[in-house]
Amino acid sequence: MAAHLSYGRVNLNVLREAVRRELREFLDKCAGSKAIVWDEYLTGPFGLIAQYSLLKEHEVEKMFTLKASRLPAADVKNIIFFVRPRLELMDIIAENVLSEDRRGPARDFHILFVPRRSLLCEQRLKDLGVLGSFIHREEYSLDLIPFDGDLLSMESEGAFKQVANMMIRMKREFTGSQNSVFPVFDNLLLLDRNVDLLTPLATQLTYEGLIDEIYGIQNSYVKLPPEKFAPKKQGDGGKDLPTEAKKLQLNSAEELYAEIRDKNFNAVGSVLSKKAKVISAAFEERHNAKTVGEIKQFVSQLPHMQAARGSLANHTSIAELIKDVTTSEDFFDKLTVEQEFMSGIDTDKVNGYIEDCIAQKHSLIKVLRLVCLQSVCNSGLKQKVLDYYKREILQTYGYEHILTLHNLEKAGLLKPQIGGRNNYPTIRKTLRLWMDDVNEQNPTDISYVYSGYAPLSVRLAQLLARPGWRSIEEVLRILPGPHFEERQPLPTGLQKKRQPGENRVTLIFFLGGVTFAEVAALRFLSQLEDGEIRASFSQ
Amino acid sequence: MDCYTANWNPLGDSAFYRKYELYSMDWDLKEELRDCLVAAAPYGGPIALLRNPWRKEKPASVRPVLDIYSASGMPLASLPWKSGPVVSLGWSAEEELLCVQEDGVVLVYGLHGDFRRHFSMGNEVLQNRVLDARIFHTEFGSGVAILTGAHRFTLSANVGDLKLRRMPEVPGLQSAPSCWTTLCQDRVAHVLLAVGPDLYLLDHAACSTVTPPGLAPGVSSFLQMAVSFTYRHLALFTDTGYIWMGTASLKEKLCEFNCNIRAPPKQMVWCSRPRSKEKAVVVAWEKRLMVVGDAPESIQYKQLTIQVLLDRLVLRRLYPLAIQICEYLRLPEVQGVSRILAHWACYKVQQKDVSDEDVARAINQKLGDTPGVSYSDIAARAYGCGRTELAIKLLEYEPRSGEQVPLLLKMKRSKLALSKAIESGDTDLVFTVLLHLKNELNRGDFFMTLRNQPMALSLYRQFCKHQELETLKDLYNQDDNHQELGSFHIRASYAAEERIEGRVAALQTAADAFYKAKNEFAAKATEDQMRLLRLQRRLEDELGGQFLDLSLHDTVTTLILGGHNKRAEQLARDFRIPDKRLWWLKLTALAALEDWEELEKFSKSKKSPIGYLPFVEICMKQHNKYEAKKYASRVGPEQKVKALLLVGDVAQAADVAIERRNEAELSLVLSHCTGATDGVTADKIQRARAQAQKK
Repeated sequence: MAAHLSYGRVNLNVLREAVRRELREFLDKCAGSKAIVWDEYLTGPFGLIAQYSLLKEHEVEKMFTLKASRLPAADVKNIIFFVRPRLELMDIIAENVLSEDRRGPARDFHILFVPRRSLLCEQRLKDLGVLGSFIHREEYSLDLIPFDGDLLSMESEGAFKQVANMMIRMKREFTGSQNSVFPVFDNLLLLDRNVDLLTPLATQLTYEGLIDEIYGIQNSYVKLPPEKFAPKKQGDGGKDLPTEAKKLQLNSAEELYAEIRDKNFNAVGSVLSKKAKVISAAFEERHNAKTVGEIKQFVSQLPHMQAARGSLANHTSIAELIKDVTTSEDFFDKLTVEQEFMSGIDTDKVNGYIEDCIAQKHSLIKVLRLVCLQSVCNSGLKQKVLDYYKREILQTYGYEHILTLHNLEKAGLLKPQIGGRNNYPTIRKTLRLWMDDVNEQNPTDISYVYSGYAPLSVRLAQLLARPGWRSIEEVLRILPGPHFEERQPLPTGLQKKRQPGENRVTLIFFLGGVTFAEVAALRFLSQLEDGEIRASFSQ
Repeated sequence: MDCYTANWNPLGDSAFYRKYELYSMDWDLKEELRDCLVAAAPYGGPIALLRNPWRKEKPASVRPVLDIYSASGMPLASLPWKSGPVVSLGWSAEEELLCVQEDGVVLVYGLHGDFRRHFSMGNEVLQNRVLDARIFHTEFGSGVAILTGAHRFTLSANVGDLKLRRMPEVPGLQSAPSCWTTLCQDRVAHVLLAVGPDLYLLDHAACSTVTPPGLAPGVSSFLQMAVSFTYRHLALFTDTGYIWMGTASLKEKLCEFNCNIRAPPKQMVWCSRPRSKEKAVVVAWEKRLMVVGDAPESIQYKQLTIQVLLDRLVLRRLYPLAIQICEYLRLPEVQGVSRILAHWACYKVQQKDVSDEDVARAINQKLGDTPGVSYSDIAARAYGCGRTELAIKLLEYEPRSGEQVPLLLKMKRSKLALSKAIESGDTDLVFTVLLHLKNELNRGDFFMTLRNQPMALSLYRQFCKHQELETLKDLYNQDDNHQELGSFHIRASYAAEERIEGRVAALQTAADAFYKAKNEFAAKATEDQMRLLRLQRRLEDELGGQFLDLSLHDTVTTLILGGHNKRAEQLARDFRIPDKRLWWLKLTALAALEDWEELEKFSKSKKSPIGYLPFVEICMKQHNKYEAKKYASRVGPEQKVKALLLVGDVAQAADVAIERRNEAELSLVLSHCTGATDGVTADKIQRARAQAQKK
């Protein structure tokens, strides 16, 4: 059961069920035993909607990873390729099919494009002479699952304006072909990542944010160093230490995680120790259980308590791992520099800490994030400063990174200051991006997610809800790209009366990705404003 | 009362039968039916007749004529047959007439004799000719099965979505099978054929021998076989005069009948009354008809759905009636009225005597923005009738720009297709059009077209980055985009070139491009890299070891680690490594070598630009407290406490902190007071704190 999806006012489980049904229908179309050949990238997203057991029920007997040359031998009737619509994958598929044809008894080949069928790819298959080999060629729209599509991205400035236009047109195109439904969301906010390049550069300081910063969360899974998770009781100390990374799923189905994921990391410790006391008290209850009835009652609660204890142990271990990092001197120094930049201190000269990081060859990502952060917080770097950093980076990390730097410049993350004007202070003050009196334990403002910095994107969403963007028009002009609002009239039959106490539901769509800390800030807002905001993102 | 039984005749001992005419045929046949290829559509659909002059040996003196009649013999169409010899005729589920030619080409006609399209059953069929063909119906649609002159089978289970399947060979088959039929099991089409006493089942993977259960012995050949309309039942007629009836899976026998006639029947078909549970087989010889039956049939017939009824009305061009039915039944527009209007429009575009403008206007007036009407489908029909201009006009009414694109491409209006594709925002469509254009236009024109479409250009660049690097270069060249051209050559210097000379040359080209782009920084950096590459090559030659592709920083480090301090110095000077970084670099390298003597010399060479705390830190990292202490004393007052704590001198750290009256440092030292002997120090700090507060 996917309990974590049915929380909240908008039930996303319906969506999940729909995609599962679609998958089953497709599998049943290919009658007989089957092997699935996976585009490796898709195994993650698919894991979120279907376990292997579901595939097995529908006669999937083998699973392979899509690789060049021949497929491993499999005695099945159907071979189904689950792939993204990418040309290089088509080449591999063609190679697979051709070598399979030479192998002997004919199989049925099918192809399932995720999330879209592509004429371009089908043309390529045709050119390679294998298009006719596929009995079923279909698409499977896993749209709301992160999907990397660099080849298919719009590659265009102001993409969000185009997205909005397209949505308006799509509405016209689809009239009549769909049944009218009551809208679930009242507002839609499209945010282009270009508007707020600052936030993703800063180190996230929520619990979930830090897990992502340090270990990376992929499709809601995290891989952690196994040492801390070794079973406590061990006879021959250290010998049997697990070597494989510990893989944990993180979502709100886990009660404890739901409670702490969005907290500032500094507020997590106290929750964990409180929980520890509650749980051990609950286990102590067994001594008080005297009658058969009491014992029975205790036993019935046992599974839940044991799960809670396991969950607590896991998160205590994770918190310890994170604490090792956050209490290090270097983490502190880095954070200090970030916070100085974001509050507008010394952004216009070469920073000694960054220099030292380069000289000691700290990770290039860390260095680039800091340099870009400085650039964004200064509306671009002075040419001399910029050239100095670039030269230092090339000399230390290798000349090939001239391409890396060029890409950063194209993305606007790194740039020379134009006209010697720094707009950041105006933006910072108007949008109150830096809050000195941040309360990490009992936050009163979204700035707690970065211990002082309030993510620009979320601030924009907050101001849109109250009092509206008219109050900040001057800043909107300084921010990159145009902004606009569009009202979509509802057919009279679909207008509903709002119940007292029922709030507007806003769907926020990030074009270009979102950080966990931003999501935390949005969730915080939705509690604060007593409305519900759902965050979703595209890349 | 005997009028009820008057026309019943006895059949055997316990049954009677009667014969009466339902209706008489209106047709006036000129040909003998026996000389014609005949095809009657299921569910009382139309009947097609084609006089078959090819069956006789004599050459055709007159053109054969294809006649189409309604089920009651009303003439619907008549046209002279101008194509090649036809082997078989049949109606599809959509009431399209499929005419299978000897060369494997299948011509498709509408109910009114209008030519729709044609397709081929493949090369193998073309080479070996069609010996026999069957049109059959499955739940997917209608299929065609071909027996070729080479005694191989080719079939397509759905002519609407043509996929040819060549069936496996029957081992040792030298002559044509005595009879054969298609079966449909588990949604897959099979072929069942009889050769002598054997029955073979072909699925698309294998040929297997099958035996009907309970078949009387002595059979040396099967003369006829018939499968029921639902593919549930099968009847076999043997040369011993037996009729075997059973399930089509050949797993169960239903009954068997010896009719004592050994002559091959002309025809054998399954028949039954609607909703009857009894199934029967009718066998026909030249002058004899026999009904054999008694198989319980449990399936219910699927009724004609309202959709099929509407389709049939539409096919017969009874649009107003169809619309009235829709309105009466209150069908949703998309399934009902819209669909019929769309069909009407498709018919309208075929009226060649009306001008393009008038047709387009008439259609738009009637259809307007009716939801669910696909203008692109109508346009496609117009184009099919050779009316390209009309098609373009109709496409203008299509709101979904994505739908316009494929047809525009087909009509070779690629540039228009490109702008529509861009409008749709569907990048896949844009790519598709771009590749079309690329093949259609010469390179110059293609690039010019791209130039006018910035988004297409930027998408195409993306495509080239992955697929066609050389084209990418040409594109940058055309746009005078020297910056990207420079980046392109840098990438080439890493990916495409192996020899050092080639790499340097690529970098030179890149540097030139950067100069043109007025990107002095990149140009200079590139020249530095060329210099470094040459130098690394020389170092490898002279010193051995690996230097190529190390960064400058790592090159210098490697030199120091190898004991080539002079060369390292020289390199640092040549490339102007800033002093601070050079100190970090040397410090790190010497500590790694554990060359403490050299490190001390270095630390005294001049005043350290990075202070002395890093010296302390690095010595401690190498667990050399002795050396670390040397440097701790030289650390400036700001970082002294930190340094002293690092080397474990808590007492002295406390003294310094007290002296500096620095609260933060005092707490830091206090937090380090963990050892047994640190109690004194801790007290000292507390006292100092207390004193400071008094003041």
